[in-house]
Amino acid sequence: MPEEMLIEQMECVYQKPHTLTDDYMHYCPGCGHAVAHKILMEVVDEMGIQEDIIGVAPVGCSVFAYNYMNIDMQEAAHGRASAVATGIKRVRPDKYVFSYQGDGDLAAIGTAETIHSINRGENILIVFINNGIYGMTGGQMAPTSLFGQKTSTSPYGRDVEHNGYPLKITELIAHLPGAYYVTRQAVHSPNTVRKFKKALKNAFEYQKLNKGTCFIEVVSNCPSGWKMTPKETLTYIEEKMLPEYPLGDIKVPAHNNN
Amino acid sequence: METQKSEIRLMKGNEALAEAAIRAGLDAYFGYPITPQSEVLEYLTLEIPKRRGIVLQAESEVASINMIYGAAGAGARVMTSSSSPGMSLMQEGISYIAAAELPCLLVNVVRGGPGLGTIQPSQGDYFQATKGGGHGDYRLIVLAPSSVQEMCDFVFEGFKLAEKYRNPTLILSDGALGQMMEKVEFPEDGSLPHQIPAWATTGKKGRERNFITSLHMEPEKMEEINLHLQRKYKEIEENEVRYETFETDDAEVVLVAFGLPARICQKTVELARAKGIKAGLVRPITLFPFPKKIISDLSKKIDHFLVVELNAGQMVEDVMLAANGNCPVHFKGRMGGMLVQPEEVLEEIEKIIEHSMTLNAGQE
Repeated sequence: MPEEMLIEQMECVYQKPHTLTDDYMHYCPGCGHAVAHKILMEVVDEMGIQEDIIGVAPVGCSVFAYNYMNIDMQEAAHGRASAVATGIKRVRPDKYVFSYQGDGDLAAIGTAETIHSINRGENILIVFINNGIYGMTGGQMAPTSLFGQKTSTSPYGRDVEHNGYPLKITELIAHLPGAYYVTRQAVHSPNTVRKFKKALKNAFEYQKLNKGTCFIEVVSNCPSGWKMTPKETLTYIEEKMLPEYPLGDIKVPAHNNN
Repeated sequence: METQKSEIRLMKGNEALAEAAIRAGLDAYFGYPITPQSEVLEYLTLEIPKRRGIVLQAESEVASINMIYGAAGAGARVMTSSSSPGMSLMQEGISYIAAAELPCLLVNVVRGGPGLGTIQPSQGDYFQATKGGGHGDYRLIVLAPSSVQEMCDFVFEGFKLAEKYRNPTLILSDGALGQMMEKVEFPEDGSLPHQIPAWATTGKKGRERNFITSLHMEPEKMEEINLHLQRKYKEIEENEVRYETFETDDAEVVLVAFGLPARICQKTVELARAKGIKAGLVRPITLFPFPKKIISDLSKKIDHFLVVELNAGQMVEDVMLAANGNCPVHFKGRMGGMLVQPEEVLEEIEKIIEHSMTLNAGQE
C-alpha cells in the first residue's frame, strides 16, 4: 500500500500549527524557544487570530522569531521591543500585539521600556523567556543568572557582592497598576506546556478587554550556554531555577478589583 | 473649535511646527521633554485630543524613537522631536529606521554642545544630521528652515519626502527658530492625504505576512541591502537638492549659510553692497542632499567663499569638497549658543579682501 494512502487512513491527533512556518529553526537541540514558539502559534491558530496579530521580536536568541511565525512582525533593537509594541498598538488598537523577549533584552538593557510600557498599561502581551543567560552572544551572565552560576563572564560563579542579585523582574512589575495579568510558567514538561498554553489564551482574551499589560514569564533552559545535555537542563530547571523563580500566577484579574 | 482652513497666525517656531504636523495628517507623535523644543510636545498634548491622532510622552528619547519605529512600521504617519542631547540618544533607533526604510519625520531643535551644553541656538549637530549620526552607512534627508513659516512648510515637505523615498527626514532647526515668534500661514487641514502602505505590519489579512527588520546574516544579502540604500541616496541627491541664492550673479565673495545665519548673512550682503563690495549668498535648504553643483559652479567664477555657521566649522567641509580648490573657502563661526552678527560677518569679508590684496601686492 502506498505511503500516502496509509497516512490517509490514520487519524490526525496532533500536528504542527499552521501559523508556524516550515523554516528550519536555528535553535540548539533541546532549547525551550522552539517549544514556546510552537505553543504561541498553536494558540494563534486555535483562536483564529493569525490575520489580526502583530508580533515584535527582540535581539537575542529569538531575534529570528519572525522567520518561524507566519504573522506580521517587526524586529526591534535590543531591549526596545515593548516600546516598539507600544508604537504598533497605539496606532493599531484593534490588533493583538505581543513582544517576545529574553532576559538580557527585557530585564537588563530594556528595563526602562519594560517598566514604563507596563506602567502605562499598554494593552499588549509580553512573553518573557528567562533562561538566566545570554545565549546568542555565547553564554554570558544575565540579570537573572542564579547565585553562584558560572557563565563566560562570571567564570568563578555569580557573586552577589560584585554582580548584584538575580533580578525578579516579574515580581517587580506585578506591583504596577498597569499590569493586568502576570504569571510565571515553564515549557520543560508536558504539564508545564499545557499551563503555558492556557496562560497565553488567557492573555489574548484579556487583551480584548483593554485593561492593561499581560506578562508571561517562561522559565526556560539553555543547553549550550549552561553546558549541559538537554535532559540535564530539565533537572537543573526543577532543582535550581524553580526554587528561585517559582511557577504560578503572580497577579490575576480577580485580584485587580475591577 | 478653531477654523482649520488656511489661515495666518503669529506663533513660535516650535508651535508652528506642531500645528503644521496636525494639519499634515499626523497619526502619532512620541516624544520626551527637552529645552528648547518642549513646546512641540506641549502643543500636541493640548491640541491632538481635540482633533485627531495619538500623542504620547515617552519615558525617554530612546523609547520615543523605538515607538516611532513600531508605529511607522505599522503604516502610520509619525513624528518625533527633540534637541541635541536627546537626538544623540535616538541615534541607534534612527539607524534601525533608516535600515528598515521606515518613513518618519524627525525634528532637532539644536542647542549648543557638546555635553549638556546650553539651551541656546547652535548648528553643532550638522555632522550628526548629514553624515549619518548613528552606526552604519545611511543618510537622512535633512531640511534646514530659516523662518517660522518654514518650520511649518517643511513639515509637509518632510512627510512627502519621507514617504516618497521610505526614508526618515530630519528638520534641522535651532533654539532661536524654535522659540522666536513670526507670522505663519498654514495650509488647510487634511491637504496631505496618506494611505497605509502595502508593506506595513497591519495584520496579514488577505496577503503574505509582512515583516520589518534590518538583520541580514548573509554578507551577500547585507551588501545588496547596502547597495540598494546607496542607490536610493543617489536618487535623492539627483532629484531633491534645494537651495536659494541672493545677489550671486556678479558676486566676488559668496557667503554660504543655512538656517537662521542665512537670514543674518542676507543683511551682511546688503551692508556689503552698500559699501561697494560685491557680496552674495547661497543658502542650502537641503543639507542632505547638499547643493554641491551651485557651489562648484560658483567656485569657478568667484574670488572667495565665506561659510558662516553656529559651530566650529562643519558645513564648511562640504563647501570645500564642492569647491574642490577652485577658490579659497573661509570660515566664520560662533559657538556655545552665541549668534553671529551681520556686522561681524562684514568685518570678516573686509579682512579677507584686505588680506588677499596684500598677498597680490606682494606678488607684483
